[in-house]
Amino acid sequence: MALSDLLLQQTINGLSLGAMYALLALGFTLVYGILELINFSHFNVFMVGSFIGLWTLQLMGINGQAVVMTGLPLIGVMMTALVVTMVLSGGLGVLIERLSLRPLRDVKGPAPMITTIGVSYVLFNIVLLTVGADSKNYPNPLPPVQFAIGDAVLRLREILIWVIAVLLMLGLHLFVQRSRMGKAMRATAQDPEAARMMGVEVDRVIVIAFFLGSALAGAGGLIFGLYYNFTSFIIGFNAGLRAFTAAVLGGIGNVPGAMLGGVIIGLIEAMGAQFIASAWTDVIIFSILVLVLVFRPAGLLGRVAPNKS
Amino acid sequence: MPEGPLLRFQDVNTYYGDLHVLKDVNYSIASGEIVSLLGGNASGKSTTMKTIMGVVRPRTGSVIFDGVPIEKMSTADRVKRGIAPVLEARRLFPRMTVFENLEMGAYTRKRGPEFAEDLERVYSLFPRVKERLNQVSGTLSGGEQQMVAIGRALMARPRLICMDEPSMGLSPRFVEQVFDIIQEINRQGTTIFMVEQNANMALSIAHRAYVLQTGKVVLSGSAAALRRDPAIREAYLGELQVIPGQVDTDSPPVSSRIRAPVAPP
Ligand SMILES: Nc1ncnc2c1ncn2[C@@H]1O[C@H](COP(=O)(O)OP(=O)(O)OP(=O)(O)O)[C@@H](O)[C@H]1O
Ligand SMILES: [Mg+2]
Repeated sequence: MALSDLLLQQTINGLSLGAMYALLALGFTLVYGILELINFSHFNVFMVGSFIGLWTLQLMGINGQAVVMTGLPLIGVMMTALVVTMVLSGGLGVLIERLSLRPLRDVKGPAPMITTIGVSYVLFNIVLLTVGADSKNYPNPLPPVQFAIGDAVLRLREILIWVIAVLLMLGLHLFVQRSRMGKAMRATAQDPEAARMMGVEVDRVIVIAFFLGSALAGAGGLIFGLYYNFTSFIIGFNAGLRAFTAAVLGGIGNVPGAMLGGVIIGLIEAMGAQFIASAWTDVIIFSILVLVLVFRPAGLLGRVAPNKS
Repeated sequence: MPEGPLLRFQDVNTYYGDLHVLKDVNYSIASGEIVSLLGGNASGKSTTMKTIMGVVRPRTGSVIFDGVPIEKMSTADRVKRGIAPVLEARRLFPRMTVFENLEMGAYTRKRGPEFAEDLERVYSLFPRVKERLNQVSGTLSGGEQQMVAIGRALMARPRLICMDEPSMGLSPRFVEQVFDIIQEINRQGTTIFMVEQNANMALSIAHRAYVLQTGKVVLSGSAAALRRDPAIREAYLGELQVIPGQVDTDSPPVSSRIRAPVAPP
């Protein structure tokens, strides 16, 4: 394969991974922006979301890659899987906030963050004990359509992933920028006490942030399954850590930053695997993270001094 | 109109943990008044404002707004009942535009013709704000930020505005302009409860005032009487010494009861 085709192929792969990491990174950033809390349970909300997607597709009669659909039925099945996965994953996020974080709302120090690690392990073990340790073949009704660009291959699943990710991120962007609740979220992130005195019910804003972040993580989990054709109880850790890195890289708390960070991490992972060795992926990703934080502590799009008083 | 004052504090005690900040405080503010709250640093002025808004709650005592006890209500419910703040140091949402800040002021209200009317009212009081609508508010000058902060409070269409040091950090000329506008807002029917360090200016537009010292109301009365009070003159109006013989006798000095605050402005 020519170098240019290799580059093109890895750009396609990297953008697909990046789309997934970006969706996941948004959840870290939404919650951090409002609570200044790193929510480690997010790792495994993504994993559970992937299983919700799997079960939803199976309930619609799709098993493995045997059932191939086209046209409107395909769109219908995909939409249903996406919506169900997002709503249930979002609900899981809200439940986690209600049960484990709201009681700690006024507790200072690392207790809430440690709690999210605990919740993450609870989710991890529940899935391990109920569905087992083996990888599950992921239902995928997409026809094996692909386009050749030189020696590079663009598959239908990649196009689908990009479309889903771009639409979701566009939707989130419009929500945060334009809607009444989105503005309340931004105001709360910038000055929670002042927002409260405008009449914003901060607890509701927090619930919405958890719902949206977890719903996007669920969408990311579905994308993971569709992309790799498998899912497992273990997928949360690697993807979660990379997405978290993406959020920090872009500037945690910053929505466009999370998207940018996700795409950068995805591209690094793909290029690194091609031109160096996939065993080095984590070394490269975290070295770049360290470098960025040394020279831009607030991340690529983050503000150096958070304006809070 | 209901009988009685618009806002009343009844033996209010507010704490931060073990720190007793407001001690058996009583205020009474009638509809249509401008009432000023004076006092040195750390005397509990901002805590008074936070107690009204429900950001802190009194441990004992009652806060009554328009005849209804509100001390257990959420902040949002208080805003809906018609109380809006102009916060200490303005506290705009720094990365939101001027227009978005105004929208946040109207957060609890429906969008509709009233919203547009209120916008027009803000623009007519502060033509400068209208020119800056799309500017990110963190990049405004201090004076412009204060206009937006007052405009933001007006967008709630409040019956009572609680202002915490509206003159802080503003040039003398601009302070005068802001106080003129506060008076204008009051003339249009909004009651104003205003914390100020600039006692001279505050007493020049207020109808009445309270003086807070380490959490206790040590003095209250009409603005005119307080302006003549020697202790006030010494502590807040920048006069070093007052010769007793010069004091107007129809408002007896109360100076024996109070000491100068820790750090006079
Ligand atoms: N959130 C808080 N937690 C603990 N103590 C507080 C808090 N806010 C204020 N205090 C304390 O309560 C006292 C009164 O503070 P407050 O802000 O009401 O004073 P103030 O009269 O507004 O002073 P200034 O003129 O300096 O603004 C101070 O001793 C202050 O340190
Ligand atoms: Mg104060």
